[in-house]
Amino acid sequence: MENTNKRYWKGIEELKNDISVVKNADKEFNLEGLEGGTYRRDFLKMLGFGVAAVSLAACNAPVRHTIPYLNKPEDIEPGIPNYYASTFAQAGSYCSILVKTREGRPVKIEGNKMSGVTKGGVNAQVHASLLSLYDNERLKEPTKGGKKITWAELDKEVSAALASSSNIRVVSNTILSPSTKSVLADFASKYPSAKHVTYDSNSASALIEANGTSFGKAAIPSYLFNKANVIVGINCDFLGTWLSPIEHAAQWAETRRLSSAKGGKKTMSRHYQFETGMSMTGANADYRGMFKPSQEGVFVANLYNRISGIMGVGSQLSVAKGDFENIDKCAKDLVAAKGASLVVSGSNDVSVQTIVNGINSLLGNLGNTIDFGTTVNYKQGSDAAMNQFVAELKSGAVDAVIFLDSNPVYDHLLGADIAEGLKKAKLSVAIADRANETASLCTYLALNTHYLESWGDASPKAGYYSLTQPVISNIFNSRQGESSLLAWAGKSSDYQAYVKNVWSSGILNGKTWIQALHDGVYESPNTTVAGASFSGNLADAAAKVSSVKSSGIELYVFENVTIGTGIQANNPWLQETPDPVSKVTWENTAAFSQKTAADLGLEVGDWVNLTIGVNTVELPILIQPGQANDTVTVAMGYGRTAAGKAGNVGVAMLPLLKGAATASNLWVGGAKIEKTKSGYTLAQTQTHETYMGREAVVQESVLSEYVKNSKAGRFEPMIATSDGLKKPYSITLWNGHEKKNHSWGMVIDLNTCTGCAACVVSCQAENNVSVVGKAEVARAREMHWIRIDRYYSSDAPEEEGYSVSGYKAMETASANPEVVFQPLMCQHCSNAPCETVCPVLATTHSSEGLNQMTYNRCVGTRYCANNCPYKVRRFNWFKYFENDNFDFHFNNELGRMVINPDVTVRSRGVIEKCSMCVQRIQAGKLTAKKEKRRPVDGEIETACSQSCPTNAITFGDMLDPESRVSKLLVQEEEGRRFQLLEEINVIPQVNYLVKIRNKDGVKKAEAVAHTDHAEHAGH
Amino acid sequence: MINNISKKLLTLVALVFVLTLNTFAQDGDAAAGETLFKNNCAQCHATDASVVVGPGLAGIEDRRDAAWLKKWINNPAAVISSGDKYAVELYEKFNKTQMTAFPAYGDAEIKNILAYVKTANAAPAAAAPGAAVAAPAQETSGGKFFNIVLVALLVIMALVLVALLAVLRLLSTVAKGESLEDVPSAMDSLKSTLKSLSANKTIVTAVIWMFVLLGTKATLDGLYKIGVHQGYAPTQPINFSHKLHAGDMEINCAYCHTGVYKGKQSGIPSSSICMNCHNTIKRESPEIQKIYTAIEKNQPIEWVRVHNLPDLAYFNHSQHTNVAGLDCENCHGDIKNMEVVQQRHTLTMGWCIDCHRKTDVNSKGNAYYDALLTAHNSTSKEAMKVEDIGGLECAKCHY
Repeated sequence: MENTNKRYWKGIEELKNDISVVKNADKEFNLEGLEGGTYRRDFLKMLGFGVAAVSLAACNAPVRHTIPYLNKPEDIEPGIPNYYASTFAQAGSYCSILVKTREGRPVKIEGNKMSGVTKGGVNAQVHASLLSLYDNERLKEPTKGGKKITWAELDKEVSAALASSSNIRVVSNTILSPSTKSVLADFASKYPSAKHVTYDSNSASALIEANGTSFGKAAIPSYLFNKANVIVGINCDFLGTWLSPIEHAAQWAETRRLSSAKGGKKTMSRHYQFETGMSMTGANADYRGMFKPSQEGVFVANLYNRISGIMGVGSQLSVAKGDFENIDKCAKDLVAAKGASLVVSGSNDVSVQTIVNGINSLLGNLGNTIDFGTTVNYKQGSDAAMNQFVAELKSGAVDAVIFLDSNPVYDHLLGADIAEGLKKAKLSVAIADRANETASLCTYLALNTHYLESWGDASPKAGYYSLTQPVISNIFNSRQGESSLLAWAGKSSDYQAYVKNVWSSGILNGKTWIQALHDGVYESPNTTVAGASFSGNLADAAAKVSSVKSSGIELYVFENVTIGTGIQANNPWLQETPDPVSKVTWENTAAFSQKTAADLGLEVGDWVNLTIGVNTVELPILIQPGQANDTVTVAMGYGRTAAGKAGNVGVAMLPLLKGAATASNLWVGGAKIEKTKSGYTLAQTQTHETYMGREAVVQESVLSEYVKNSKAGRFEPMIATSDGLKKPYSITLWNGHEKKNHSWGMVIDLNTCTGCAACVVSCQAENNVSVVGKAEVARAREMHWIRIDRYYSSDAPEEEGYSVSGYKAMETASANPEVVFQPLMCQHCSNAPCETVCPVLATTHSSEGLNQMTYNRCVGTRYCANNCPYKVRRFNWFKYFENDNFDFHFNNELGRMVINPDVTVRSRGVIEKCSMCVQRIQAGKLTAKKEKRRPVDGEIETACSQSCPTNAITFGDMLDPESRVSKLLVQEEEGRRFQLLEEINVIPQVNYLVKIRNKDGVKKAEAVAHTDHAEHAGH
Repeated sequence: MINNISKKLLTLVALVFVLTLNTFAQDGDAAAGETLFKNNCAQCHATDASVVVGPGLAGIEDRRDAAWLKKWINNPAAVISSGDKYAVELYEKFNKTQMTAFPAYGDAEIKNILAYVKTANAAPAAAAPGAAVAAPAQETSGGKFFNIVLVALLVIMALVLVALLAVLRLLSTVAKGESLEDVPSAMDSLKSTLKSLSANKTIVTAVIWMFVLLGTKATLDGLYKIGVHQGYAPTQPINFSHKLHAGDMEINCAYCHTGVYKGKQSGIPSSSICMNCHNTIKRESPEIQKIYTAIEKNQPIEWVRVHNLPDLAYFNHSQHTNVAGLDCENCHGDIKNMEVVQQRHTLTMGWCIDCHRKTDVNSKGNAYYDALLTAHNSTSKEAMKVEDIGGLECAKCHY
């Protein structure tokens, strides 16, 4: 076993053998809090009720009605889904999508493969936007001062007020839509004093500004991660949240894919990440370093100096030489890969971005991995313009303000100032879907539609266009924002005609409107990659970054992958999706490194008061491996007060940054930490569902080993028999199942899985997976059918090997551990342990390799869950629909419209688990049968495999030699392919490919930064 | 007698001969035409000269030429607006009701339909032998009849037994030489027999056991029938007769139930489908007026569902109709003779499973099944049943 010098752990608790982990290690479910047993009287009561209920039910069957259309639309056939191409464009996030509708209601979002930008990938937030459509807490009517008003009256009053206004502002987030911009231009021509102010909650204003001064092009270029051999991210979560994560993840994965076939691709990019907290991108990096946010500028300047030093070009910047983990190695690799490397920074500091531009210029990346020929529009916000607007608003100079689908009172740093200034404006209108933090302060609320009810378009990049079309008629008495603006501008509010006109006259060139609407996209990209010449003032930038002082514990606020900036906070799917790294649900936490936590006397389960200046917030703490010392990281997007029942959780962080000089870069120094209470259990899924100490589930190696031996890192267990050692699959007690027709299976590439959780939400939408809420997640009763396990590893230096000190080192949690993400769903074992223990045959095996779960037969013994080696079975502890204790979307009629009609909604007392989307398999087979042919590979996709932006999950028929799955299995048979827990001979249908890191070699002493803090005692 | 039969045979042979000749002469496929006609034309046109909604089609080829017909069928509105005299007259004659356009019909389809019209007119008798449809509905009524006969037979046998016993007894007393007066009355002997029987513990126990067992069986049978609504025939908001539409008028099921070959649901027809015919036929009928009212009020008609499967079972019509090639009658009974639709079968899981065990897979000409069929035939001489390809597995219907 090659991996003996590596110990994997899911959380500090596990590594330290925390009592809560040990106690529950052999339990699938946490049974604490379940009181009492069943008593005789209760039993008799239940029996009596049961008999009465059955006899009543037998008396009369309820009459069920079936109501046909009066006039059936030609293209709707009940029971047959229709797909419409559309576009998700929310505050600059972009995804081209297909919307699956059933009988006129959208039930699933899928990727649009025709898009050259997102290429069929979808992320968690886009998947979840479907549920936001059915959010029962959207307002139902337009309002004035909180009271209902008709559209006619609203239009009359707003138009009159606008006409008498002399200084109008329209405030929005980044707008990708050319048509909306045209509407704003029309609005401005009617009201010449109207100015459009754009801001972004997580701003890239500095990047645009720095590009303006460095290259004379105040725009964001396309970043071509797929052309880079060395990728360096500096506080830049480009796989998770930065600019266009779906697109970047696909490009990144392209450079990470390997083939064990003869002559197959055995090269991959090397990814460095330098950051404050552990981001999802950092967790995927080969080498990772940490710095305090105040050191960011010093770090990039040092990196510049080292590169220019090695290359012997450019002058050294005058900045103190800093010693950062892995920085020398990074500089060396960058220089070696010049012209094919890429350095990106998520900083909102012009000086930092200028130096990063200098680095890329030095390395000759412009025109190679950075393309100014196709600029992107994802972030257009201008901090300067927004600050000016706030100042004017506060001074009373702005007399009319319209918030177009934006909520700056909550999600802008100066939110409090805006709230105050709003009182001075004579007219305030919010075009919003609910009375959110901003809208509730405005006089008028012009109820906006959801994007799935709207017309629209988007231009994410130069030359790329896509259309949004409504897939359901307006659920409430709402009107889309553009129509409202047009109405107030005295134009026809028919926005469909407006968009069509914009497209026919300016965008479509040779393609018809109908064709564009069908495809969802129209693309005429500029294929030549263009560079730019650097003329930035590096000396000035270096002086500025040197002047940033480090002070005490620094607070760094980041945008996480699930909740983002908080626009969709009231989305229970997103709230319950674990954060990819911390695995915390339903709230944000204050993340400390182990050392800092020890210094401050903090332990798991504590809450702290986090004070910046006069502002204090109280947060639960999280001990986060990979966190820079003396820093605390907290996610934004939480702590909303007017989002709705699900969304008003956690703590808002932006108010804490207010007023700090560094605020626009989302960090601030001098944080005071004070412990308030302890003993709290986070709703954190990381240590749930353990493998009971069978640790060979993760298999990994490094590129240098893999090149020599494509089976590097493989753990091949052998079973000792009287005839010597044998492979586990060669001896068996099982009869096996014959598969004549299909054998559905999967291959999951650990190398390209980024842990982004798109599959988790996609599965939840497809399979009607219940949301259980924070309290139940804390009890390890989350219902997700697919989870993404995140393992940290402690790596003992190899030379210490099997010594006492070596073992001891394994027990130490690394301050900067390596991370593995592993998606895990039902493995559909051919020798399934769950099947043999079910007393009522509710779980059985199909002739197509599926492990079937029959809910109507299940009596809830949970034997199967106890016997499942992978812990993928979920038990319905409660009835999660129509139950006021679980007041999420299943508890209201509107929310239940999201239910996939092809999948049963499970009731209390039954086990459920991944079915490998059997409804999709059945539908795909039926289509093939109707067309008298075999199913074609790719025609049937599971929800998870379909939405994966990096194609890490491949699904198909393993009996079809032409399928991608079969080909991958052949290719990796003598390579990276492994199955989980091979030694127990359950023969899963799901295969994994070994994770390969592009590291120099098996870890030497260099990598492990042992923490020397004292072991926490007292558990 | 024999003569008679051979004569009939001869006429039949001649008829078939004429028919085949006819088909050849027409250069159109009458069989294909029949399907097209029944699915699309029969709602408004008869093959003879009688008027349904539109004119009867007998002798249509003598009246109009092929080119005109094609133009008309593809786009009647265009022909009328072009001022074609015949077309305008036709339009006026039929209360300005315009024929539905069939733009997809090419020469071949039209020729096929015409061929069918011609054969239908040439040999009205030949339309009769179409009764090859299996009628599983009879099986249940047959079963009932058999039960009645069985019970009657048992009663008769019991009576005969009693009579025989009485006679035997009488004869034995006579044989013993006892006077007939000494014989205890039948009543007394019955009483004494009962007394002795009730004193016998074995018999008492046996009787009690019998009652217990019968009671248990009845209870269990009763429990099994909970939720089974065989024979359910609710009153519908409109007295729609399937016998009239599907039976007498021979309208194809899929004409109204548009989804039945395509998807999961067969679909209840929208009012617009009713209006295809009923905008001219029987408008004044109070039942039809209900449809008009519904349309005017913009309130869909709330039909009562007859066939209800529990939500936990997934059933897809197209798998059974389109792929398996089953007739609707297989599950819905003899719909063509039902004035009010009723649930003929139990629709229980046992009933589904039973059919999946017995039914051969309709694998002919379907490449999906080719490999399966080869594999099956290599190991078995029996026909490939649904059961053999996983038709009994849970996740085929429950997910």
